[in-house]
Amino acid sequence: MRAHYGKVTAAFAMISALALSGCSAGGDSSGAEAGAEAAPCEASDGPVTLEFTTWVPGMDQVVELWNEANPDIQVTVQTGPNGNSGTYQNFFNQIQAGNAPDLGQIEYDALPNFRVQDGLENIAGCEGVADAQDQFVDWTWGQVTFGEEGSVYAVPQDSGPMAMYYRADLFEEAGIEVPTTWEEYAAAAEEIKAQGSYITNFPKTDVNWFAGMVWQNGGQWFANDGENWDVNLTSPESEEVATYWQDLLSEDLVSTLPSFSDEWNASFNTGQQWTWVSAVWGATTLSDGAPDTAGKWAVAPMPQWEDGGETAGNWGGSSTAVLKGSEHPAEAAKFALWLNTDPEALALANELGGLYPAAKSATELEAFAGGVDYYGGQKIYDVFAEASSNVNPDFTWGPTMTQTYTDVSDGFGAAIGGSGTLMDALETGQQKTIDSLKAQSIPVSE
Amino acid sequence: MTAAPATTPRSRRGGSTTAPGADTHARGPRQSIMSRSAAMLIMGVFTLYFLTPIWWLLTTSTKTGGEITSTAPLWFTANSFGTFFGNLGRLFSYGDGLFGRWLLNSALYAGVGALIGTVIAAMCGYALAKYEFRGREAIFNIVLSGVLVPATALALPLFLIFSQVELTNTMWAVFLPSLVSPFGVYLARIYAAASVPGELLEAARLDGSGEIRTFFTVSTRLMAPALVTIFLFQFVAIWNNFFLPLIMLRDQALFPVTLGLYAWNSQISQIPELRSLVIVGALVSIVPLIIAFLALQRFWSSGLGAGGVK
Repeated sequence: MRAHYGKVTAAFAMISALALSGCSAGGDSSGAEAGAEAAPCEASDGPVTLEFTTWVPGMDQVVELWNEANPDIQVTVQTGPNGNSGTYQNFFNQIQAGNAPDLGQIEYDALPNFRVQDGLENIAGCEGVADAQDQFVDWTWGQVTFGEEGSVYAVPQDSGPMAMYYRADLFEEAGIEVPTTWEEYAAAAEEIKAQGSYITNFPKTDVNWFAGMVWQNGGQWFANDGENWDVNLTSPESEEVATYWQDLLSEDLVSTLPSFSDEWNASFNTGQQWTWVSAVWGATTLSDGAPDTAGKWAVAPMPQWEDGGETAGNWGGSSTAVLKGSEHPAEAAKFALWLNTDPEALALANELGGLYPAAKSATELEAFAGGVDYYGGQKIYDVFAEASSNVNPDFTWGPTMTQTYTDVSDGFGAAIGGSGTLMDALETGQQKTIDSLKAQSIPVSE
Repeated sequence: MTAAPATTPRSRRGGSTTAPGADTHARGPRQSIMSRSAAMLIMGVFTLYFLTPIWWLLTTSTKTGGEITSTAPLWFTANSFGTFFGNLGRLFSYGDGLFGRWLLNSALYAGVGALIGTVIAAMCGYALAKYEFRGREAIFNIVLSGVLVPATALALPLFLIFSQVELTNTMWAVFLPSLVSPFGVYLARIYAAASVPGELLEAARLDGSGEIRTFFTVSTRLMAPALVTIFLFQFVAIWNNFFLPLIMLRDQALFPVTLGLYAWNSQISQIPELRSLVIVGALVSIVPLIIAFLALQRFWSSGLGAGGVK
């Protein structure tokens, strides 16, 4: 009871903390200004020490490589809980108090929030940053510049291009073609249901997964014209995706287990699930959660909305940002670039932290070159590299994604419980997002 | 607040605040078998409710990551024994023995914090109970209102204050706020008023004992059961404190075990291997609490000197 009580109050305090920082920072947020001039970025004299907060396991060992080679720029790593579990809120508190770390890991969908609350240094003027654009997958660069001229707010770290994991053995046994379009996917879902299994699980709490689906379909949830935010959760592309999954749900062709739960793992492990449309990092989630099915999985590109299409979505990924108030932005930017482009660093970060780099050179890494036993020896990373280059580069996240995720996820839960539809959830999410932006004095165009 | 010590099992609330011995005779009207068995049933259901998760924790900590999902959730596997020690070994070796570090931190924060916190609360409560001075009730009421403010609500203001003096991300940031226990002051005052007779203090003064000496040699002994209660409450509160360290600390080496496990748990989707470590870690992290309770519970029943003078 005590522990429970603690959790409730913690949650309550978390909410009030959010509300507090929301209020206090709302006053001086003026929205993302387009074309802000890059501040001059000069190197500091003498040796400097940088602080870097991340939640990627093993990052301290990657940084060790840097520290050995750069005695004048020493980096200390602090590892915390992942972003939405507390680290972002800590960043906001620390920025407010003026003692934020120089560098922080921030996921792409949280970057606009930091940008709007003026929590990021513009490092476009720092040596080497502007020239680094070519080294990163196109869409990731769009995420860290927000499309603003002369601005770079972070260096892309990793990405989560999506593809379809599927049970090659089961599809073959049942004589079902591996679906290449969403239409075929729905048809396969019926055949699989007839065999007593599900084609996949609909993750009601992973709204960013759903966003990845919309992303693949060429949809946009947010746009910023330099002054106003445009919220568009209910675009035709979103509607198409929502209706599609609603139909599968209504006909009970997909399961609705809580993602990443033990139950969910078990359903993959026992062959209850035949496919999982997921990101590249899902490869280890699957192999650890469903060890009994080793060798039986394979990876294919995401099913397409149009026959012969080649689009892919993205789920997850993060950047290394220089946080506001850093006294050594030039050194911080230099480190961030090294961290996310140096082949040795990328290889180690992948080995220890499971990162799939946002740098184009990822394809040259040894770790991604060979076949993976769990997937029957298939060279699955070739599929993901292909997917990565097919991700729409213009997708924009909003500045209040945590709130949007929560509201849409609540609606998804209700839809699964039989009240309303996925589309209703998006409409509610749309309205609440607009309300929330207005409440924070962030300009919204209607 | 589950663990109100049951000095008087039948008093419905604030069991620990009633002076021991006050309720030993009056057993009340005899209950019927019906109502007794109904009470037993309800208590049985609640016991089951509270113990099942702990049982699950115990059985699950004896499984490998894969077995968690594929075997019966509330029972052991054939090689449970070996797996458990394997898990334990991995727990303490993962990340250069980080978990052991966290346990030590927790022990330090909770052990020393509760000890000093108890002394402060006892002195404060004792002063409020035994000395007449202007503003006494006002001070007591202000302290009492502190009981109503959840510690978590103070975490953010504390962070901003500690930022000003540049003490965030240090042990002090977690340690200093843990020393304060308004509930402890309240308990100490009530208990001191009931169990430390004024005559005894008069006698001590006549014998030439100074106030401080009287407090430490006479009063604290009379207040011992309350002090143990305050210590345990404070120990558990600091051990389980999560939000304050979450906000204050960045350096993993300073984390208490609660925050460390939370951080690991939030990384499970990236490093599935951590799943079994979090479970074993949770089991290990409650062991010190159980030990503290078992070791100290006998002091509760001692009721030292409560009726010793009259």
